[in-house]
Amino acid sequence: MDQSDIAKLANLARLDINETTASEVAESINGILGLVDQLQNANTDGIAPMAHPQDAMQRLRKDEVSEENVREQFQAIAPEAEEGLYLVPKVID
Amino acid sequence: MHQLTIRELAKGLRDKSFSSVELTQHYLDRIQTLDSAYNSYITVTADQALAQAKAADERIAQGDDSVLCGVPMAHKDIFCTDGIKTSCGSKMLDNFVPPYNATVVENFNRLGAVSLGKTNMDEFAMGSTNESSFYGAVKNPWDTSRVPGGSSGGSAAAVAALLTPAATATDTGGSIRQPASLCGVTGLKPTYGRVSRWGMIAFASSLDQGGPIARNAEDCAIMMQAMASFDSKDSTSMDHPIEDYSALLDKPLAGLRIGVPKEYFGEGLNPQVAEKIQAAIKQFEAMGATIKDITLPHNSLAVPAYYVIAPAECSANLSRFDGVRYGHRCENPADLMDLYKRSRSEGFGEEVKRRILVGTYALSAGYYDAYYSKAQKVRRLIKQDFMNAFEEVDVIMGPTATSTAYELGSLNKDPVSMYLEDIYTTATNLAGLPGISIPCGFVDGLPVGLQVTANYWREGQLLNLAHQYQQETDHHRQTAPNVA
Repeated sequence: MDQSDIAKLANLARLDINETTASEVAESINGILGLVDQLQNANTDGIAPMAHPQDAMQRLRKDEVSEENVREQFQAIAPEAEEGLYLVPKVID
Repeated sequence: MHQLTIRELAKGLRDKSFSSVELTQHYLDRIQTLDSAYNSYITVTADQALAQAKAADERIAQGDDSVLCGVPMAHKDIFCTDGIKTSCGSKMLDNFVPPYNATVVENFNRLGAVSLGKTNMDEFAMGSTNESSFYGAVKNPWDTSRVPGGSSGGSAAAVAALLTPAATATDTGGSIRQPASLCGVTGLKPTYGRVSRWGMIAFASSLDQGGPIARNAEDCAIMMQAMASFDSKDSTSMDHPIEDYSALLDKPLAGLRIGVPKEYFGEGLNPQVAEKIQAAIKQFEAMGATIKDITLPHNSLAVPAYYVIAPAECSANLSRFDGVRYGHRCENPADLMDLYKRSRSEGFGEEVKRRILVGTYALSAGYYDAYYSKAQKVRRLIKQDFMNAFEEVDVIMGPTATSTAYELGSLNKDPVSMYLEDIYTTATNLAGLPGISIPCGFVDGLPVGLQVTANYWREGQLLNLAHQYQQETDHHRQTAPNVA
């Protein structure tokens, strides 16, 4: 992984990695990928991926309102909110 | 008062040896005087604590018999607390005051426990040394030039420094057991699904599990009883019967079958630590247990699988921190993309960004099968190793960590060497099993922890055997210098 791969990845992750640190970041990520590459030696033929330790399934519930509306409390801690809406820089001209 | 265990405190409160207000004030005074040396708390909630203590005194006067009523404790700053800053050790959430309590916090409030404040931690629970906290490193009470372990380093250090009788913590890859080991306290990581994750800020959702840290197994049992609950708000919470942990403590150990995996005593383990672990296992043998050599052939793949799965899940979980709804927002964003990128880059520390990038890579198009899917398959092999072992033995014993506490700054430069220190703890999380770390001796004045892993839902068995061991030994009664 080189600096341009890091730039691509940082964009996907919505992070800014500046050029001065990109090579350092690439080096540390290459180190980690070296570590995790040991997985490739494991024989996993016929083994199903395990997403839950006890292979539990997602519980379902009735489709009915179970929570009160606390929108005002949640918007009170937003960086910028107005009239029940979260404000962000203009998206469409 | 700060020398007393939860059980003793509950008795003192009923005997009127002291009130909860006096007890709480005593702990608040200690934190104020002593914590500058350890940095174990991020937020101390003196006013709320005293109000809770006053209410608890009234409940006790009316005959409340809950052991935790009026007893001070602390929450890791990963559990949301209504009206109290919950930072998760990150600049991203430095201004975050949740409008609700985590289920775990509600459980303690309902019983009348008193929360002294929020303990320090590695940023978003990512680290094994507590040096990645936005609020500065926590110092190990046994030697303040050393780390307390992580990520629940604040909880472990606060208990070891007698700045709280007990604390909540969380364990994703060893974050309860490893700091408990390094700080000479007892820490229990429950079965995945036993403790509600609702309101517990998510790092790696298929691995994260809350649990207690306390001075001994008896107190861990009391804490665990409060923490364990089925919670319909947490879709991964499991509806499984909850044992009476305190009632199980006195069961004799005769007939207990202990497995000792050869993989836990290989290269990388400090030989003096190995001696202490072997001595602890011999002690269990003297108490009636039988010892059997076993093998966990895929253990060496646990760290590589963990460092794919945990970053992958973290990259998804941490995408919610976008500078829009709560948390840090950058100044004067030029456009939406700039808002996202700068808010996240300013809000997250180096280790968190590194894990987000690794996770994004592991989940990206063309790499998913090679990394995430492969790691999930290896995860099943690791679980199968444990299941094979549990056909022959009841519990598995070995070291919690490769050594005693490291010097501050010695490990955090190179992520890979730090990750490799998690060699004994991550497999338990990948398999979703319960595990405990128990103080079992000292090397050069620093604590060593014995790790015990049991089959699913056997928290009671772990607490029982830890308690029996603590009846025969006094490692857990030693206190760090300058804290008495």
